[in-house]
Amino acid sequence: MKEKWSALMEKDGAKSVAASLLSILIGLLVGCVIVTISGLSSAALGPGAVWDGIRLVLGGILSTGRDAAGGLTFGFNPANVGNMLFRATPLILTGLSVAVAFKTGLFNIGAPGQYLMGAAATLVTALSVPTASVPAPAVWLLAFLAGILAGALWGAIPGLLKALLNINEVLACIMTNWIAANLVTWIFDGSIWRNMEENGKTGYVYKTARNGVETAKWGLDAIFPGSQVNWGIIIAIALAAAVYILMTKTTMGYELVSCGSNRHAARYAGINDRRNIVLSMAIAGALAGAAAALYYLSGNTEFYWSTYQALPAVGFNGIPVALLAASNPIAIIFTGCFMSMLNIAGQQLTNLTGFNEYITDVVIAAIVYLSAFSLLIKMMLSGRKKHRVPAADGGPAADAGKEKGGGEA
Amino acid sequence: MTFLIRQTLIYAVPLMLVALAGVFAERSGIINLALEGIMIFGAFMGVLFVNAVQEAGGFAGAKADGNWLALQGFALLAMLAAAAAGAAFSLLLSFASVNLRADQTIGGTALNLMAPALVLFLIRIIANQNVLNMAKGDAAPWFMLRKTYFGYGRTDSMGFWGETFVNQTYPATYVCILLFIVLSVILYKTRFGLRLRSCGENPQAADSLGINVYKMRYAGTTISGALAGMGGFVYALTTANCSANGDVAGFGFLALAVMIFGNWKPLNIAGAALLFGLFKCVAASYTSIDINGDGICMLEAIGVSAHVYRMMPYVITLVVLAFTSKKSRAPKAEGIPYDKGQR
Repeated sequence: MKEKWSALMEKDGAKSVAASLLSILIGLLVGCVIVTISGLSSAALGPGAVWDGIRLVLGGILSTGRDAAGGLTFGFNPANVGNMLFRATPLILTGLSVAVAFKTGLFNIGAPGQYLMGAAATLVTALSVPTASVPAPAVWLLAFLAGILAGALWGAIPGLLKALLNINEVLACIMTNWIAANLVTWIFDGSIWRNMEENGKTGYVYKTARNGVETAKWGLDAIFPGSQVNWGIIIAIALAAAVYILMTKTTMGYELVSCGSNRHAARYAGINDRRNIVLSMAIAGALAGAAAALYYLSGNTEFYWSTYQALPAVGFNGIPVALLAASNPIAIIFTGCFMSMLNIAGQQLTNLTGFNEYITDVVIAAIVYLSAFSLLIKMMLSGRKKHRVPAADGGPAADAGKEKGGGEA
Repeated sequence: MTFLIRQTLIYAVPLMLVALAGVFAERSGIINLALEGIMIFGAFMGVLFVNAVQEAGGFAGAKADGNWLALQGFALLAMLAAAAAGAAFSLLLSFASVNLRADQTIGGTALNLMAPALVLFLIRIIANQNVLNMAKGDAAPWFMLRKTYFGYGRTDSMGFWGETFVNQTYPATYVCILLFIVLSVILYKTRFGLRLRSCGENPQAADSLGINVYKMRYAGTTISGALAGMGGFVYALTTANCSANGDVAGFGFLALAVMIFGNWKPLNIAGAALLFGLFKCVAASYTSIDINGDGICMLEAIGVSAHVYRMMPYVITLVVLAFTSKKSRAPKAEGIPYDKGQR
């Protein structure tokens, strides 16, 4: 038994899965500890509330509310599961965005900016093209493509800067993020797309449903009644599969991954490394743009346009999604769902207890923190004593470390 | 002019201090992307300190007596509390990147995600809303200087210098400027500073001369954390009425831009911070206020949107990055985990 176990742990994939599970476990533990400490030290809460809180952090997705006696009840809750799938849609896509860049040795911290640009392009298209003269499905497709294109263009900027001028893509992405945040605010400030009809909605753009544009539900609403889920999740899964095929089965994917493993060796082998860096960032941007497009085209989601002071969390949350999945596109479908499951658990926590949804962000942050040294965890799992951290497979550490700063700003 | 200078300083000084925080970390070889997160955490702990002391009745007598010197001491204590909190929070980053040789970019991102989440979680439990305010009163009557403190009447003028740099200012701003100067001197003119910088340029060489690279990197990141934490609190005190809401409006990232634009050198950073502070000030106030004929309304008449001024710092930094990437003064070894065995 023990031999089988160690043989299994020799496999890299198994080690990645084990490392991710360990990160998740520790992350959840951190969440529970914080719930316990804050609950016990607060006068309004107490041991009972702490017990409720911990159960919801771990199993919020199965929560069905409280019974007459005030105790928490658990069971299959179709609305929760449906909403989980709905919220997983953008997370899967931003996760893919970060993962594609990782595979090419780039750290795409620019997903929030690409997401915002995608959201703006999608919303403007979906609200401007009149559905009276153009069929709504065609507008939907047009808006979806506009979002993808805007994201791709925005992602290509740091890619170009990296490829041509060797500017650290992390710094470039941070700048483009905030430029996007201000640009999007500028686009919507004073525009005709702001929601002026409903009171208390001054900061929001109209829902796309106002123009009759929304993603089809086609039976998913029958399976998960009372939830927002639509065919966006199916598109996201299909895109994940497409990225998987692209990265593992095509020449283009091979070139991208080669550049990630060793940019200089790839160039020596006749691969145009500059072109591939731009391409990788453009694909990453396109995926982040698609995330925004699918989220806001659902018809009943609202976009808060005054974004210049804060970037959308869903962009940053693509990072843990990709890290937990070790940048494997298929695994990202599951880690994306896991992240949105935490999200739902947080919502349940706010609704049912004195705690609030931010604890799930703490859990996510703890997981990202642990992912930063997932290589170390992997090595510990395999029980090997090594003095040097090996080059990351698909991680950004390898590339960032090797270039020795030199020309990078 | 008075209004413009005063407001610009309010925005520029936290930027300056936090950018210097970035310099300390990077000079020691650690990329500190977590500046934003540390600022958020520092701001929260500083405000919490003020809130808790007020709840316990501290300095209530000083306030009633109009003893403004004691109140400034209170502000200083809160700044120190925020600095201590920032330093403690930054240990998470140093531990991951020095001891565990983790990826510093991801580590910093984790801290940036952690700070607002943790802070908002706690604020919601403490205050039952999304913002933690002072327990009593507002920031201005407690911590702002007034001309009446110096024997002037309410309607008297203190003259240009007095009105601009004394009346209605927060002394915290000047503490930060002083700190900025002292720490810049330490970084560039002392033995400790030289050793710290050597660890960011060539840690192997530094180690061969008997410098403990790990300790130096811990020192750099911890000083960085303390400065960022303090900067976060000063930002909350001077621009947000001493309240914390898990957000510093991207100031940490703006400070990163200041650091790059200032080419990692203190004097240039001070200049960059003033420029970006001016942009912030103009963007924040140009549609609504025209005090003392500062000409801000003239800017509106030109027809340039406030969003342009908000965007400008990032665009400028990107352009500067593009043009100076070849002769950048960025530390050579930043972001690379130190490995004793490596040659």
